[in-house]
Amino acid sequence: MTDTLVSDAAERLFADLATPDVVNAAEAGTWPAELWTAVTEAGFLDALGGTSGGALDGLGDAVDVLRAAGRYSVPLPVAETMLARWLANRVGLAPPEGPLALAVEGPEDHLELRRMGADWQLSGTARSVPWASNARGLVVSTSVAVALVAPVGAMIKQGKNLAGEPRDDIALELKLDARSVAGAPMDADAAVVYRLGALFRAAQMTGALEEALQLAVTYAGDRVQFGRPIGKFQAIQQQLALAAEQVAAAGVAVASAVAAGAGDLAFAAGAAKLRVGEAAGKVADIVHQVHGAIGFTHEHRLHQLTRRLWSWRDEFGVESAWALELGRLAASQGADGIWPFLAQR
Amino acid sequence: MPIAFRFDPVALPPACESLRKEVRAFLADARASGLWAPAGDFATNHSPEFSRAIGARGWIGMTWPKKYGGQERSMLERYVATEEMLVAGAPVAAHWIADRQSGPLLLRFGTEEQRLEFLPAIAKGECYFCIGMSEPDSGSDLASIRTRADKADGGFRLNGRKVWTSHAHRSHYAITICRTSSADGDRHAGLSQFIVDLKAKGVTIRPIKNLAGNLDFNEVTFDDVFLPLNRLVGTEGAGWQQVTSELAFERSGPERFVSTFRLLVEFARRVGANPDPRAAEALGRLTAHLWTLRRMSLSVAGMLQAGEMPNLEAALVKDLGNSFEREIPELLRLLAPRGSRSGGNDRFEETLAEAVLHAPSFTLRGGTREILRGIIARGLGLR
Repeated sequence: MTDTLVSDAAERLFADLATPDVVNAAEAGTWPAELWTAVTEAGFLDALGGTSGGALDGLGDAVDVLRAAGRYSVPLPVAETMLARWLANRVGLAPPEGPLALAVEGPEDHLELRRMGADWQLSGTARSVPWASNARGLVVSTSVAVALVAPVGAMIKQGKNLAGEPRDDIALELKLDARSVAGAPMDADAAVVYRLGALFRAAQMTGALEEALQLAVTYAGDRVQFGRPIGKFQAIQQQLALAAEQVAAAGVAVASAVAAGAGDLAFAAGAAKLRVGEAAGKVADIVHQVHGAIGFTHEHRLHQLTRRLWSWRDEFGVESAWALELGRLAASQGADGIWPFLAQR
Repeated sequence: MPIAFRFDPVALPPACESLRKEVRAFLADARASGLWAPAGDFATNHSPEFSRAIGARGWIGMTWPKKYGGQERSMLERYVATEEMLVAGAPVAAHWIADRQSGPLLLRFGTEEQRLEFLPAIAKGECYFCIGMSEPDSGSDLASIRTRADKADGGFRLNGRKVWTSHAHRSHYAITICRTSSADGDRHAGLSQFIVDLKAKGVTIRPIKNLAGNLDFNEVTFDDVFLPLNRLVGTEGAGWQQVTSELAFERSGPERFVSTFRLLVEFARRVGANPDPRAAEALGRLTAHLWTLRRMSLSVAGMLQAGEMPNLEAALVKDLGNSFEREIPELLRLLAPRGSRSGGNDRFEETLAEAVLHAPSFTLRGGTREILRGIIARGLGLR
């Protein structure tokens, strides 16, 4: 499928089924079954990897689906299931149908898979695992191996992010037989999966950012004060121009990381997450200011976007964490190596 | 209504990378031989010797037709050659305006005679242009200019005063915009562009010292300067359309975000290969921003190559880019407790001093941030 076909299909599907009421109901505890079925049947969950299941085929399609999902605040583990399915398939573990959760060994979460004779021992904890309590299966990614675990095997303490999406703490101390574990290839170890997670969150954020800007521009054209639409005032125009700059930068950062693909995930995914995360805070600030008090109500849809932006920018690496990592990478090039390093990206 | 801006991803073709190697090798050799030293930015570091040297290599007017001295290379190749010179801090100021603006203007609107007279000399790095736009009472509000060209026998007589004209004292010609008829009704009507010979009788150039103490810009006075008819550029009265039709060329390039890049490099040199967390964080953040801006800017170059004129996208690049190049010194000074100093022997301190002193000009030259944000707001449908 070409990019536009996928993103058009996703836009249509989400516009029909991920209405603001469905999003609010999901937050209140009603699983959006019809929406989930439609997402599954559309094939979106297997966008990454495509049929080859190999390298990052389909990354562009996956990101297009996620951008559309972000635009409509789709209250489902689309990114998580997509990534978990790709990873499980990549290492030859057949993932169950249904929503999946993903726990990744990373800077904050210590997870370990160790060989114990013919079996494996999985141990560790992960905080704020997205959608763990809704998942039919949990895929665990470490630097060494990948494991597929039944969710009952993980001790869960339920929590939610600012947007009311499930973010659950898990503790794992399990013996797994060899059928549930596979070695992690270099192109699908925890570092790669974490970066893909960051890129996926960034993709969701770009959709939410574009939509939030659109809502603010529309509102500024409709809302009349002092006898004219507030969008006619330079003070408002300048603020919305700044928001547009951030939205534009965010979109380019994600598109560039997609274009770089597997070849430069180490730099581009983190750089995109950093850049989009910064945009998220700035744009949320401006779109709320433009909307005034109505945007601070639960009734208005803006919060479905901004609460997700505020949550997602913290997940899979906050801006400062990526800055630290990218800064070390840049410094290691030597001062006169920084430009050549950038110029080939 | 969908959001009205678009940045298509661009991949640099292999020809760009071989050119990049050539440019780097030339810059390294020429620097070693003493032809140039890094300083300032595209608007300040001025060297006719350097301009002639790169002209001889075909790196001025690169995209122009061969019959006008060009190389018929792509916008992306021009981009690569340009960015390599800019990040190195090479002295491009002498040919900069002619290469980026005046030459393309003549290609699009000039007569065949004008093209043949000026373009080959520009491409050789021998003929320099400046731009006469701002006046004492006209800055962002360009349509309010009062410099006039009145019909005279065989041409026009030019009277008025331009200010902030960069390198007028080191240039051969000024593309000057002036009134050729009054602004009845439409204030954008009645403006015309001329090629003004800066050696002509009646032209007076007086330097204006800038806050850094440099003599880069000038006041240029025209006292009954005779302009032959063949120095009119394009259509009489269409100056506004001519000036505004190709703003994407001058607002989207690397010069809009790398003016202080060398400070980042000197910072990296100072903190070394294993920086402390604060330094690493600053370096990483700036690197990610620069990567994003460059991808945005390259995207605009790709659209220009495809024959589009993405003026809105260019405005987005320039305002974001100018903010970025101003942020570099603001962020890095916090990590260098002794701050800026000139006359010492510390490259970071010297570069910081230069960056801080020149930063105010970034968001003024080529369109103020307020004007750019107005253009963006218009692109959003707000005005």
